[in-house]
Amino acid sequence: MNNPAVPLLELRDVNTHYGAVHILKDVDLAIYPGELVCLLGGNASGKSTTLKTLLGMVTPTTGEVVLDGEVVTHQSTSYRVERGATMVPENRRLFKRLSVRENLELGAYLRTDRDGIANDLERIFELFPRVKERINQKSGTLSGGEQQMVAMGRALMSNPRVLLMDEPSMGLAPALVQANFELIQQIHEEGVAIFMVEQNANMALSIADRGWVLQTGRVVLDDSAEALLANPDLRASYLGEAGQG
Amino acid sequence: MTATSENLSMVETPGVAWRKQIRFALIGALSSAFIALAGMPVGLDGRSIIQPVLSMGFLSLLWVPFVLATIAGSEVVLEGMTARTRDSKDLLAGGIVGLGSAGGLVLLMVLIQNFNLRDPLVNWSPQLLNLLSFNRSLAVGGLLWVLLGLILGVFGGAMHVLPKKLCSRIRTVVLSVFAVSVLETFLTDLLEGFRLEVLTDFVYYKRGGLEVGGALLVAALALLIPLLVGTRIRDVKKQVVDLPAEERKRVNLILLAVSAALLLVLPFFLGKIANELLANVGLFVLLALGLNVVVGLAGILDLGYVAFFAVGGYTTAVLTSPNSPGFSPELPWPIALIVVVVLTGIVGLFIGAPVIRMRGDYLAIVTLGFGEIIRLLFLSDWLSGWFGGAQGITNIPGVDVGIGTVKGTDPRSVFLLVLVFCAIAIYVSWRLENSRLGRAWMAIREDEDVAEAMGVNTTNTKLMAFVVGAVLASFSGAIFSAKVGSIFPTSFLMLVSIIILVVVIVGGMGNIAGVIVGALVLIGVLGGPKQPGLLQEFSQFKLLIYGALLVWMMLKRPEGLVPNVRRTRELHQDEFLQDAWLKGEIDTGDQEELS
Ligand SMILES: Nc1ncnc2c1ncn2[C@@H]1O[C@H](COP(=O)(O)OP(=O)(O)OP(=O)(O)O)[C@@H](O)[C@H]1O
Ligand SMILES: [Mg+2]
Repeated sequence: MNNPAVPLLELRDVNTHYGAVHILKDVDLAIYPGELVCLLGGNASGKSTTLKTLLGMVTPTTGEVVLDGEVVTHQSTSYRVERGATMVPENRRLFKRLSVRENLELGAYLRTDRDGIANDLERIFELFPRVKERINQKSGTLSGGEQQMVAMGRALMSNPRVLLMDEPSMGLAPALVQANFELIQQIHEEGVAIFMVEQNANMALSIADRGWVLQTGRVVLDDSAEALLANPDLRASYLGEAGQG
Repeated sequence: MTATSENLSMVETPGVAWRKQIRFALIGALSSAFIALAGMPVGLDGRSIIQPVLSMGFLSLLWVPFVLATIAGSEVVLEGMTARTRDSKDLLAGGIVGLGSAGGLVLLMVLIQNFNLRDPLVNWSPQLLNLLSFNRSLAVGGLLWVLLGLILGVFGGAMHVLPKKLCSRIRTVVLSVFAVSVLETFLTDLLEGFRLEVLTDFVYYKRGGLEVGGALLVAALALLIPLLVGTRIRDVKKQVVDLPAEERKRVNLILLAVSAALLLVLPFFLGKIANELLANVGLFVLLALGLNVVVGLAGILDLGYVAFFAVGGYTTAVLTSPNSPGFSPELPWPIALIVVVVLTGIVGLFIGAPVIRMRGDYLAIVTLGFGEIIRLLFLSDWLSGWFGGAQGITNIPGVDVGIGTVKGTDPRSVFLLVLVFCAIAIYVSWRLENSRLGRAWMAIREDEDVAEAMGVNTTNTKLMAFVVGAVLASFSGAIFSAKVGSIFPTSFLMLVSIIILVVVIVGGMGNIAGVIVGALVLIGVLGGPKQPGLLQEFSQFKLLIYGALLVWMMLKRPEGLVPNVRRTRELHQDEFLQDAWLKGEIDTGDQEELS
């Protein structure tokens, strides 16, 4: 992948607290344009918090969030969405009582370029023909796989440069997980940088360029995907017993 | 999939559910006794529906066996099943429910005769006993009720046995007679406007209610009119639907213009009482449309909405009345209105700012508190130099509109003014609902965090909902102030907030047409917190009925009277899914490829 010198999205020495509880500890990470990276870690290690800090739903106590060279630590989420960052939330969380179309339109909430929006809608229909079929269905009644497509489509509607995904394979049937990762790769090939939080480390590392491992809020490993896959500590703790995968 | 459907199509719905009939018989007994003890038969006896055979008092009991028997007899037929052919057993089933309902009354009569529970139950009275026994002996009265219950119950059961068309005819006839009787004030005014006093005199008894001959005439018309023009209307409708989009749009516009024109001339045909009533309904339409933005669209459960109505009303009073105790600029109403709108909007911001940081139940409680705080401020001695405390502000002038003055003594002018503002409010609501802001409200209602992640500025968007709601309420307050001519804190009790909320919920949250229908039916027929409705005699039972309606609505039709398609899909999701599954529209998804 091309790694121009300026990261698209960056955490610099970030500490995040919920109340008095220290969650993220001195986290440093950078996502470069067009990369596919993943953040691994056990339950409650702070993965979702990292993502929320990146997008401004949580403000760090110290440190900086940098978006495309600009310090956005104290800017709102909508400011960051407008500048090309967006996310697919954990568990998809569609606007359940709104139709698929309305969900997609809300993804483009901050955009005013009608033509661009129409183009992106077509692009999403190409990517997910099923979404087009279900366009007027209420999104809460979609099957899990279809909801995942709409959630990704909704995020893409903001025409992001970097897409943050929180556990995209959570709650999907095993047969769907593989297909889902293929889709993520497909989106990635269109030039969108992807930052993916995953529990399914094997699968995530098989498509990622690089990755981090978070343990109780601290980055304990930062390496290329191959190196992480080969790392014995990681194999022991996250990839299950040796020999699998 | 086909195999499943075929299997199902061989399933008949099972026979009469006797257990269910017995359960409904018991419900009927309890309901009848409750209604009797709540005082409806005695309290509503003065309101005649058909003179002299049927009063509202009796009707309050008579509907029970019929309606419950109909409900008890209805059976769910899932797609793919065949409905069972109904037979005489269904009549018997209805009869059981009817007998149960009558039984409750008979038992009550026996108890009233033999025991005295007058102390806790005010309506445990000889008067009730007399009324229930038709001024005869207990045995005769009891027998009559058993007969009545049986007949009405069998009739209710028969609604499933008789041909569908006949049933709907019967329903039309009964409802028409009832409606014509209830709408007496309106219809007499209208008929007199067309110099048709002869007709009024024939149809209506001079002291209220229909004459027997009049009732028969209405029934005959209700039978004949659909026969004569029913198919024609359907043809015309079909023709309109078949028109090309452009022309259909034109037809719709013409229809809109015609109905607007009719609405504008309507007040000139109506008398004082009818105009007054419609003006009150209009004030509540304004309030309900405003609350609908806050609760229905943005999903913010505001229980203190009356605060904005109060601020609008009081600001108008201060700015226009010469009797305003503190500051008294005596502005003309239209100029005052501008100040009122701005000021109420600002109050909306001030109340909204702390409140929107909360969610759900906390928010509801805090808004409830704010509603009361505002009223208590207007009532307080501290601010009585401005707002007159309990004495309020009097002598509020009407609205000078050049060709005349809109004032309370001329309800027609008030209704016209209200109509104009309702039109504005409807237009604004409609545009907002389909706007970017409207979509942001709905997103927040569905999932606030995700809305934020989509770039919606949730704080500002929610504040906007508060401000729009406040402004619509201030219209209502400003007109209310000029209409009544004086203003007191007691007009702004918490009850007002609750009633507006009921209107919004009964009308179907988030649905403009529904909210208007809700206001017409509830405020128009039952009456507002202080304003009488068409059934004035109901005023003492108003809250009981509002409460019962709310409970029933939440249980049976969570989407409101005029359902919003979107909400219907959600709330009847089980049925929806079942249908879709049977039609093969939904697959389990698990075994499928994603793309
Ligand atoms: N709003 C909050 N207030 C207080 N504590 C929170 C809040 N959100 C998360 N936490 C806590 O912060 C810690 C990290 O949470 P986070 O959601 O980032 O974990 P995670 O790594 O995403 O876990 P999982 O894999 O289970 O999703 C947890 O202990 C959690 O309980
Ligand atoms: Mg998480």
